[in-house]
Order: sequence, then structure tokens, then C-alpha cells
Amino acid sequence: MNKIKELCVLSGKGGTGKTSIVGALAALIPKKVLVDCDVDAPDLHLLLAPNVKSREEFLGGRKAIIIPELCTDCGRCREVCRFEAINEDFHVDPTSCEGCGVCVHFCSFGAIEFPLAVCGEWYVSETRFGLMVHAQLGAGQENSGMLVALIRGKAHDLAEEKGLPLILVDGPPGIGCPVISSLTGADGVLIVTEPTLSGLHDLDRVLSLSDHFKIPGMVLINKYDLNQEMTDRIEIFCREKGLGVAGRLPYDPVVTEAMIQAKTIPEWSLNGLGAEISTIWERIQGQLLKD
Amino acid sequence: MIISVASGKGGTGKTSVAVALALSLKEPVQLLDCDVEAPNGHIFMKPRWEKKETFFVQTPQVDEAKCTYCRACSQLCQFKAILVLGETILTFPEMCHACGGCFLVCEPKALNPGKKELGEIEEGWSGPIHFVHGRLRVGEPMSPPLIREVKKRTKKDTLAILDAPPGTSCPVIQTVKGSDYTILVTEPTPFGLYDLKLAVAALGTLNISCGVILNRADIGDNQVQTYLQSEGIPLLMEIPFDRKIAEGYAQGQSLVEIRPELKEKFQKLFQDIKGQIEKTPHE
Repeated sequence: MNKIKELCVLSGKGGTGKTSIVGALAALIPKKVLVDCDVDAPDLHLLLAPNVKSREEFLGGRKAIIIPELCTDCGRCREVCRFEAINEDFHVDPTSCEGCGVCVHFCSFGAIEFPLAVCGEWYVSETRFGLMVHAQLGAGQENSGMLVALIRGKAHDLAEEKGLPLILVDGPPGIGCPVISSLTGADGVLIVTEPTLSGLHDLDRVLSLSDHFKIPGMVLINKYDLNQEMTDRIEIFCREKGLGVAGRLPYDPVVTEAMIQAKTIPEWSLNGLGAEISTIWERIQGQLLKD
Repeated sequence: MIISVASGKGGTGKTSVAVALALSLKEPVQLLDCDVEAPNGHIFMKPRWEKKETFFVQTPQVDEAKCTYCRACSQLCQFKAILVLGETILTFPEMCHACGGCFLVCEPKALNPGKKELGEIEEGWSGPIHFVHGRLRVGEPMSPPLIREVKKRTKKDTLAILDAPPGTSCPVIQTVKGSDYTILVTEPTPFGLYDLKLAVAALGTLNISCGVILNRADIGDNQVQTYLQSEGIPLLMEIPFDRKIAEGYAQGQSLVEIRPELKEKFQKLFQDIKGQIEKTPHE
């Protein structure tokens, strides 16, 4: 069997249409595993109504907890903590605690516990378009990068086990920890952008990131007709950077209509936007994911 | 007073709202763009830059001559940033959270503080508005320490508006922590609603009061309003979808440049928020 290919969909700027595009590709591509790596604000499940087959706790990092009965108020923990997470009453603020364990190590009285925290859940599900691995990070929790790595690993196992040739990753916005975790080792990245200065600015940052990890990319300009001049500018930018343009899609209320009906774009508009995304997928396959 | 602008879902209009609020108010105001991964506020504020600083954190550098390969450092490190294998010691700066623990446990003093660049912080002025943003170095995973550094630029006794990154995890928490109020910006779609609920839950863990601005208020359904009513969360403002706003936004024009009549609405919104903050009992 050929090597499993992995396509990661990113954007830098949020709200450019990553999840709607991934949902559409899910409907168009027959054999793949889907992964929603936007673990702190996942939305793909809202289009795909997954039937959860297995559910597991995600044990993220540890957090320090001071036991008042054992604490002597000596202040050593406050001296060694670089995150100002321990207040004058020797109470650890869990939102500031980085889980480094330095206070635990230096407490001479064994007064600091350091338990593993449940930071979220992750799921393997069946959808009408095949298998999907997804997760939900707990409210305000950390270690999203670790959770992303975990569900991508699970998707690889499933793809191998079931002989599926493609992993399609719906990535988070930004360029930080969970994005890096979604991107490293992928075969290609599809950057979904919009014709705005913000879209271009953040496209540039994602492109620098994918270059940094030497992952080839292509660009999709979504809602291109909201500003034709910016669309032209983005296409020139792509040409200068040697970056392929997978296509452009118009602003179309069909996207929101489909979302409200919990449908993907091709299910709602097979001949309109759905057909255009189908052409875009052919270009991605031909240029980005070819052997 | 600190007001943060957050959302859950990306692209709902956080930056548009933060910028419009800053430009509408008559009182002295600072705008701090805490979305250090994808900062966009400067596109609309067009600040005259005054200062640029590079922000570093301390990561370990090994003096092999002194290292006894005792593993105290690698056993302490929770982030797998130091590995000792026999008589080899390796450090992985990209994994390091700069907790400083390794320096403290190293008895032979074989670890020296090295520098890892996290990003840059720029400060400037847009008319009377003090503007600050951070730019995370590309390839660097950890944004919260840089966000903390951006927030250190808030001035006491001046209203600070913080533009948060999307999502609900640590970069968002780092931004909104310590705010007197958070404005959540969303749109009337299933994605907007789902992520709004997550954002409300995250703010709940921090005990921060919030209200909602519904952007492109007429593009979807009315599930967000229903949810807000049932939760007793105030709907602060509705902004309809407007092609003129979208076109102006694309070229870096702020909401209140395109629709100056919104200024008054933002002034009123600020008065409402101030009223809500003053009503809230402080511990």
C-alpha cells in the first residue's frame, strides 16, 4: 500500500472557513480519516453528527496543590515559582500554574501534591462520511498541543488498520502550540484565507510556519468576491512565494444555510459551491499530494 | 479598568469590536492586541511605532565539562526539554517552558541560562490611543508568556482594552485573566453558538462577567439570542451584515470609519458595561 497522506487545513486568522471546507471535503473524498484538531473550539462535529464509538479521558499536565495542614508558610515555593502562581496565602492559582513541579521538588515539608489533571476528552466516532477522531478540551484547560498529538496519532493508527489512504486534519487558528502540533509531519497544508489585509497578514505567518517545518502548501481564497483587489493581491503574493492557488470560492449564503441544517456544502449545494470545491480537491490531489 | 474582547470562534469580529470601542471613547484608552499568534489590530489602528523590544526566556545551556550526568535536571523537567542518556545530555529549547527548575537542581552548576527568543513587543500611538501588540516568533509554540509580557504594558488608571486570541484554552485564559469585564463577540450560526458556550464556560472558571455582541446578526438563525436569554447573559449590541463593512474591513478600515454612527452606540455600550462592573460586588 502507498504511504498514508496527511493534509492539514490551516488559516492563521480564524473564521476564514476551515471547518466548512473540511466538511465539504469530507463529503467529497471517499476514503479517509477525519481529525478535528481545533480541540478547544471544535466545530466539525456540528456538520457531521458523529456517532461516538469510544470516549476517553485526556490526562494533560499536572497542577500543584498545597495542603494547608502541612504547609509551614516558609515561602520557598513562592521563591522558586517563575509563574507567580502561588499567592501570599499559599494558595496555587490553577490558571497560572504551569505544571513545572519546581515548587513540589523544593518544598521541604512534602506539603505540595502534584496530581495529573483530566484536561478533556477525546473520541473515535463514525460519521456518514467515515471515521472521525475528535476531542474537547475542558473549559480553560491547557496542553492542547499534547491532545492534538494524541488524536492525530490515533487517526494514523486507524488509517493503517483500515487501509485508508488519507488523513484530513481540520486545524486550529493561529500559529502556536496546537497549530504546530497539527502540522508537524503532515504531507501538505491547505491554507484557507480571505481577501482582507488581516487574512493576508496571517496567511504570511502560517506560510512562514509551514516553510519552517518544510511542509508544502497551497492556498484557497474564500469569499474572494468580497474584495477583488485583495484577492488579486493575495494571488500575486502566492505567485511570488511559489505557492499554488488551489482555487477561490465566492461569498455564498449557502455556507451558513448548510451549517444551520447541519449539512456539508456539497449536500446542500452539489452543483454550485460543491462542484467548485470538487475542482479544488482535484488540484490539491494533483499538486500537493501527488506521489 | 480592563475590558477584554474574546470569542471562542475565530473571525467573528473581535478585532473590529476592540478597535471600534477604542476609537469611539472620549476617555484615555489603551488597546493591547494579545492575539500574538495572528495580531491584526495594527492593520486598523495604523500606529506610529515608538518602541520595539525582543522578549527572551531563559533556557538551559550545558557546560559539558561540569556535567556529571546525574539526571537531576531531566528528572525534574516536566516538559521533556532535557534528556540524559548515559554520558550524553541533550536540551530541546522548543520544549522548554522556562520554569528555571533545572538551574536550581543542578549541583555541579553545569547549566547556564541561555536565551530563547519568544517574540517581539511593539508599542506606539494611534492619535491619543496607546497601542501595544506582541508578535510570537514563527515556530515558537508557547504564546502565554509573551501575552503576559504584553499585558505588563497596561497602565494603571487608564482604560485598557485587550483583544484576545480565538479559542478557549491557555492563550485566551492568559489574556482575559484579571479583566473587569469580557465582551464576547459571536455570530448567529451553530459554530458561533457552540464556541460561545465554550467561551462562557471558560470565563465562568475565572469569575469574569461578560456580555455578548452579535456580529453579522442577520446571516443565520436566532439560537444565540435564545441561549443568551436562558442564561441571563446581556446582549450588548447587534451589528447587521453589511457588505460595505466587509469591503472596508478588507482594506484595514475600522468599523467606525465605515459607519461613524456606531460610535455613539459604542459609547453607550461602554457606559452600560461600566454600570454592570460597578454593580458587581467585589471580594
